[in-house]
Amino acid sequence: MPDIITMKQMYKVYPNGIVANDYVDFSVKEGEIHALVGENGAGKTTLMKILFGIEQATTGELYHNGQLVSFQNPQEAIKAGIGMVHQHFMQVGSMTVAENVVLGSEPKKYRFLLDRKKAIDDTAEIAEKYKFKIDPAMRLDECSVGTRQKIEILKALFHGAKVIILDEPTAVLTPQETEELFRELKGLKERGHTIIFISHKLNEVKEISDRVTVMRSAKQTGTYDTESISKEEISNLMVGREGLWELTKGKATPNESIITVNNLSVMDEQRRYLLDHISFSMRKGEILGVVGVEGNGQRELVDVLTGLNKASGGSIMFKGEDISKQSIHHIREMGLSHIPEDRMTMGVATEASITDNLLSIYFDKESFNNGVLLDQSSIDAWAKDRVKEYAIKTKSPNAQVRSLSGGNIQKVVVAREFSNNPDVVIADQPTRGIDVGAAQFIHNKLIELRDQGASILLVSADLSEVLDVSDSLFVMYEGKIVAYFDDVTNVSAMELGRFMLGIEAQDEEQIKRGIYA
Amino acid sequence: MINLLTPEFFFTVIRVTTPILFAAMAAIICSKSGVINIALESIMLTAALTGVLASGFSQNIFIGMVGGILGGMFIAGALAYFSLYLKADIILVGIALNLMAVGGTVFVMFVFTGDRGSTNSIRSLQFPDVNIPLLQDIPVVGTALSGHNILTYLAILSVIGVWFFLSKTTYGLRLRSVGENPDAATSVGIDVRKVKLVALLISGFLGAFGGMYMSMAYLSVFSTNMVAGRGFISLAAASMGQANPFGTLLAASFFGLMESVSYQLQAIGIPAQIVGMVPYVSVIIGLVLYAQYQQSLQKKKTLSKQLKEDPNEA
Ligand SMILES: Nc1ncnc2c1ncn2[C@@H]1O[C@H](COP(=O)(O)OP(=O)(O)O)[C@@H](O)[C@H]1O
Ligand SMILES: [Mg+2]
Repeated sequence: MPDIITMKQMYKVYPNGIVANDYVDFSVKEGEIHALVGENGAGKTTLMKILFGIEQATTGELYHNGQLVSFQNPQEAIKAGIGMVHQHFMQVGSMTVAENVVLGSEPKKYRFLLDRKKAIDDTAEIAEKYKFKIDPAMRLDECSVGTRQKIEILKALFHGAKVIILDEPTAVLTPQETEELFRELKGLKERGHTIIFISHKLNEVKEISDRVTVMRSAKQTGTYDTESISKEEISNLMVGREGLWELTKGKATPNESIITVNNLSVMDEQRRYLLDHISFSMRKGEILGVVGVEGNGQRELVDVLTGLNKASGGSIMFKGEDISKQSIHHIREMGLSHIPEDRMTMGVATEASITDNLLSIYFDKESFNNGVLLDQSSIDAWAKDRVKEYAIKTKSPNAQVRSLSGGNIQKVVVAREFSNNPDVVIADQPTRGIDVGAAQFIHNKLIELRDQGASILLVSADLSEVLDVSDSLFVMYEGKIVAYFDDVTNVSAMELGRFMLGIEAQDEEQIKRGIYA
Repeated sequence: MINLLTPEFFFTVIRVTTPILFAAMAAIICSKSGVINIALESIMLTAALTGVLASGFSQNIFIGMVGGILGGMFIAGALAYFSLYLKADIILVGIALNLMAVGGTVFVMFVFTGDRGSTNSIRSLQFPDVNIPLLQDIPVVGTALSGHNILTYLAILSVIGVWFFLSKTTYGLRLRSVGENPDAATSVGIDVRKVKLVALLISGFLGAFGGMYMSMAYLSVFSTNMVAGRGFISLAAASMGQANPFGTLLAASFFGLMESVSYQLQAIGIPAQIVGMVPYVSVIIGLVLYAQYQQSLQKKKTLSKQLKEDPNEA
């Protein structure tokens, strides 16, 4: 098969000076599924944005079917038969599925009017052709995440895409949805479509792709037939260091419980239960995982545990005190740390320096104060130590947090939250969207804290993270705990998937095992 | 005594609602495309002047209309140019244009007519009033609904026009997609900036009629700052109407009603300075009541939902 896409010596500097693609060569054969892998920030999305005409390369050549081209905007790429399913869906919530699919090349009647019926028919037809189950007349914001992703693929197909780029499509899917997606992708391939599949989940890459191209810090580090390379080898190419694959973790020795949650509930303004009378314990020396499809009460649970939101019923006993109505400050003072889900909005002040961010929960400590003034020299020394201990890659602790990469920003958050030897850590998606190296660093830190006797709640959408790192776990569905496992070593992702989708639930006795004295 | 239940009173309500309605339709188009057009005030004011000047000097109502439209669209275009192309903050540019228009119109008026307060020295043409056959013969209703200025009927048509444009045309679909998720629009090859420019120009066009109604229908002269906040009231109306043309028509009528009431109050001797506040105070009251209503609606919905879902719990 000839190459349908060839990118030669692609070089891209963003206006802020970041070199996202450093003379990258990349080529895709017609009719293959080509995986593009690399840590977060490696430049995968940027390379694909250049291909799709959203960004322009600084220098470099792009060939489509052997012809030198350069797409100035997505419209031109779409015309050439290239489609892209973005990491964040590009959809309009208030419109119907069909309207979303046809947007940009709408069927018309009387020249100016939208032909709604034809839009629906066209959408149904194309869905039928590729065996996607979809109701074209449904309002988009009523669709599930899995469906919305299908709509994105349909959209690309509708616009005539022969080459479809999928940017981390499985990040938001359950294992079952991922399987379905893979079936559909294989179907597309059989019909002659070419697929570029971006991921950093190597299991998936091994399962779905014919060839794989690896990127590391803006450079291409090799293209291989997927069959001829192992996951460990790919991983090494991604991170450029050996031995990062293994997570060293001893067995947990849980002690007595430190937090006991009893019948905890949270209602929304419409008085519906987002968190529905849940009870469980967090034990010292244990990492308790929480899994579930996003939006099933995990956020509400984290918010009440950390004091960001108040419970509408039930109690949270922490060191003998009910903290369900306490202030954030008080809860933190008692020894609870929080790694928030969204580091950019909740975790750090992006415009402030690393030092200021680190200091933000310790500024009133005596050792940092000189009367009414801050003791800058002791703060600087302390911040310097933190930067070193947590291997935060920066020129200076006074650099703006904004200038760091995602993984290093998260390390700032972790350094701050772990620096007072917390008794309890609520870690909400602690490694979402950061590179393998930083993720592993954070995982090791969590395990280290556990071994020192801390109790950790690990909420994550990444099943393999929970299965690797936590000791026990529970599954949430529609605000309730539907399953508890006291030992994760004999749980599989597929099994969890059934609980996450609400297909199965344990009985009450089994769930109650999660409550300890 | 004031008597509000006369056909004449309703006639007044419709009359004073007209400019608000035009501008509110302009506001809808903008808000649906994701831009806040705070410059409606200056669009109206500028069009009111350029319309009068063009018709006064040409003695041709059609040329006057074109002059007004160009004036309104010029301000809208300036707003678009500074905010969309030169990336200045659209609110700040809007405020600047509004402030400039107050003084700028007086200056231009002085240059062309030698007047400072109003354009008394040139004779502007007026848009004609229209008696509607059959309708005008119905007692009471005919008095209230017939005999309005042609622009009033045009304003009502513009409500339907805006609704039709937004919900039935492909360009309307694109415009709404730009307002709701510009990235989605971009990803399918829609030029977001161009769509916003078009939205602003349409709002300049509609807003111009609001302004011309003030100076070429309601009155036949331009006078200093004669728009008097109607552009802002229109923004409030569009927001209360949730950018739905028909809801906005209702909201605009409410503000028209309050303005008419204020005229009646003036007639019975309440000081003009106090009465003058009525329309503006009504905007605040209207917005507050509306917010309350929204909340109670939400609660009721929930309750009935709960009752449906779980009869034992509520
Ligand atoms: N619009 C942008 N402006 C400036 N820098 C950017 C922009 N988009 C991405 N970057 C930077 O370019 C690098 C590569 O990012 P990206 O292509 O998104 O990587 P990946 O998709 O592999 O995670 C990162 O350091 C990122 O911060
Ligand atoms: Mg990316």
